[in-house]
Amino acid sequence: MEGRWTKLALQAWVALLLVFLFTPILLIFIYAFNTSNIESWPIPGLTLKWFSSTWNDPDVRSSLELSLRAGLTATALALLLGSSAAFAIHRLTFFGREVVSLLFVLPLALPGIITGISLNAFFSFNGISLSLWTIVIGHTTFCIVVVYNNVLARLRRTQGSLIEAAMDLGANGFQVFRDITLPLISTAVVAGGMLAFALSFDEVIVTTFTAGAQNTLPLWIFGAIRLGQRLPEVNVVVSFVILVTIIPVVIAARLTGGGGVARVQAGR
Amino acid sequence: MSSPGRPSWVRLGCLLAAAVVAATACGSNTSTGGSTLQQPPTATVKPPTAVGAGEGQLNLIAWEGYVDDSWVKQFTVQTGCVVNAKYAGSSDEMVSLMKDGGGGQWDMVSASGDADLRLIYSGDVKPMNEKLIPDFTNFQTYFQAPPYNTIAGIHYGISLQWGPNMLLYSTKKFVNPPTSWSVIYDANNSGLVTVPDNPIQIADAALYLMKTQPKLGIKDPYELTKVQFDATVALLTKQRPLIKKYWALASDEISLFQNGDVVVGAAWPYQTIQLKLAGAPVDDTIPTEGATGWGDTWMLATKAPHPNCAYLWTQYVSTPKVQAEQALFFGETPVNSKACAEMEALQTGSCAQYHADKGSAYFDTIKFWKTPIAQCGDGSNNCIPYDQWVSAWTTIKG
Amino acid sequence: MLLLTPPMAWFVLIYLASLVLLLITAFWSIDPFTTQIVQVWNTSNFERILTEPTYRTIIGRTVLMAALVTVTDAVLAFPFAYFMARVASRRVQTFLFASVLLPLWASYLARVYAWILILNHSGLLNWSLQSIGLPPANIGYTNVAMWVVFSYIWLPFMIIPVYSALERVHESLLEAAADLGARRWRAIRDIVLPLALPGVAAGSIFTFSLTLGDYITPILVGGAGSQFIGNVVYANVGIANNIPFAAALAVVPVAIMAVYLLIAQRLGAFEAL
Repeated sequence: MEGRWTKLALQAWVALLLVFLFTPILLIFIYAFNTSNIESWPIPGLTLKWFSSTWNDPDVRSSLELSLRAGLTATALALLLGSSAAFAIHRLTFFGREVVSLLFVLPLALPGIITGISLNAFFSFNGISLSLWTIVIGHTTFCIVVVYNNVLARLRRTQGSLIEAAMDLGANGFQVFRDITLPLISTAVVAGGMLAFALSFDEVIVTTFTAGAQNTLPLWIFGAIRLGQRLPEVNVVVSFVILVTIIPVVIAARLTGGGGVARVQAGR
Repeated sequence: MSSPGRPSWVRLGCLLAAAVVAATACGSNTSTGGSTLQQPPTATVKPPTAVGAGEGQLNLIAWEGYVDDSWVKQFTVQTGCVVNAKYAGSSDEMVSLMKDGGGGQWDMVSASGDADLRLIYSGDVKPMNEKLIPDFTNFQTYFQAPPYNTIAGIHYGISLQWGPNMLLYSTKKFVNPPTSWSVIYDANNSGLVTVPDNPIQIADAALYLMKTQPKLGIKDPYELTKVQFDATVALLTKQRPLIKKYWALASDEISLFQNGDVVVGAAWPYQTIQLKLAGAPVDDTIPTEGATGWGDTWMLATKAPHPNCAYLWTQYVSTPKVQAEQALFFGETPVNSKACAEMEALQTGSCAQYHADKGSAYFDTIKFWKTPIAQCGDGSNNCIPYDQWVSAWTTIKG
Repeated sequence: MLLLTPPMAWFVLIYLASLVLLLITAFWSIDPFTTQIVQVWNTSNFERILTEPTYRTIIGRTVLMAALVTVTDAVLAFPFAYFMARVASRRVQTFLFASVLLPLWASYLARVYAWILILNHSGLLNWSLQSIGLPPANIGYTNVAMWVVFSYIWLPFMIIPVYSALERVHESLLEAAADLGARRWRAIRDIVLPLALPGVAAGSIFTFSLTLGDYITPILVGGAGSQFIGNVVYANVGIANNIPFAAALAVVPVAIMAVYLLIAQRLGAFEAL
């Protein structure tokens, strides 16, 4: 449908943007082999020593473990709370529904530092000491929103007639949910959960204010950056995370982007 | 190694003690309802008389370069205390992290003189028992009970190391070492200067004006009247276009010099050592106007969750060998008089280089960090207190 | 309604309560020496922010940067998202979508730090320019660097909603426009662009608010003139321990975002999130 020149121009644009997006990531990979612990261009030399030192570094392991635990817990909570909120908003029409919608956008719409300092003030005001649980609370707050948005968007696109038809055929509420609704929204739930986990895993601003003496991976990275002694270790860890997540990301892409919503053709 | 001459130390000590007394007496005037007691809030907390078994973990707030694996690994092997360090780049950051007695998270903080009194008077640190530290008796006399961490005979921490803020320069740009701080105020170096992003930096500018504008009558760079303060802020505002970046993280400054973004700036000796290790053509010096500096203390948080590990750590870093290792790593001077020999063994000439053997002459040239308060040394009450330094600093940076 | 109770409870009890607490704190002050909070009601923090020119400069600079980054990302994202949604084959679509998501998994800190490597005095950018005979750009540690890095970091957050919105545009609409005699560009301008607007609005919520409150990028990548709302708030919380003042300053981005959200809602952004 598009003219040849338009198509070519678009392809060039896409290619350039891909270069733009991935150059820093390529640099991260390359500098994991840096012989010097100060990052400067061009790279002075290549070495494999940082891989073993990262593997043996107890700080890396404990912060990675903490990030995983916090992320999984926050995602689980978010899936529960976010999905139920999406269902409720979709089905009900009540006074203040707009306000509730706005409320659920706030954690993502307000800058992270505000969420961070308010939660910190809240915890210290109520004498709650900082721990894994305060980190989880901080992360869950925006993870709920991500899941909520994904599930609600999918619910809005689901045809209500399917549910009506099922009920006409005699299915009770639970059966409708299990056999009709759940399969239809499952990909949205999974995609929302993955995005929530990704946001939690890489979160640094809110976590700075809600973590005590514990380090999640981003906090460890920030400490390593400020110290400047073991920068290539940061690159090793980040490269490792990128490689490990390629498969899940491709799966998520298929679920929400590529295969999830078919391009609407002309004529129903 | 000869111990430093007593008179100069005592003189400085008296000045600091006067400031402390002034703070306590005057505190209630400057605050709006908050109290600054005669006695610090934790004065009555009795420190332990013996060190128990280690709890397996130690959470420290420290300057970048103060908790290096080269001596920390051995500590963990010996005591089983795993060290978890959070780095802070300024005294303000340390005070902030330590609020509410460390929040039940942090055990110790390596605070400098300008943070100590604030920590003590907000009750965030508690007294330590110096008898539990065997090397304490080997400390240079002044550092056993400096006025910034010892009040009415009670030790709110154990002294650690001390050192100056240096002028760091690129040897490519400055073939002859600069002799004056004027280079960082010189328009010829526009866009090539860096200084710490820390309000206490105002004192460095005041120190420069002490020598270059004696008519202002600045006697102490931390005690500035309104006229003196305004002149200093004016100098810093003039400097602002010359600054490439105000460094907040030690690694920032190392990057800036390594990549050629700046050629001169104010630094800790740590940055110079790291840059030289990486082969960068830099060197540092103390110009004729003198330098500001810091005297650091390991203080124990009021709500420290691992007090035994904390004491074991303090014992460990007070030993001559570790004092020497840290001094050489960071580029500072140990408080343990026995460390000089260890420093010589590790690096010949280092004892003299870091003045671990010099007496009061070197010590006197350094204007140690202390919290600016309204009470001036001469008894008058019109010096600018620190919170105005903080807001002035934000305005200077623009 | 039962389903709504636990999430609402969470939000109200924890999140809203903490925001309200922050707002209250903005009206207190601190004891200058001990930095303990003094709970005496006053408006001095707000007066300072409104009257001192420094803070007006900082707020202005931040809002301008946020707007610039938003516009830049919208311009960069639109052709990319258009290609993904309407031109690319299914396989390419999946590949591109994965490529946009993947950077979000590479630590934000590490990516920002990599930009320092690119932009500094002897970094990749200057080296590339000089090796083809051009003068060095020397944009390291300047607000231009901030603009580049911010646009880079938030780009995926703009591409995804725009792509979602473009995907839902019925092909039939464009065919109808063609039948009525409109050329391709006219159809894009009059049909596609307005329908994609909610997606752009949704993406802009992210780019605008994330820029408004970020302090890490200014600390790492910024130079002397890079004081933004985010780092002044951070400096007052994490360093000066003047939480009342930080809270007062934090009210500014909250107010700005409240206005922005109202506008975005009108543009249909909430359906396109």
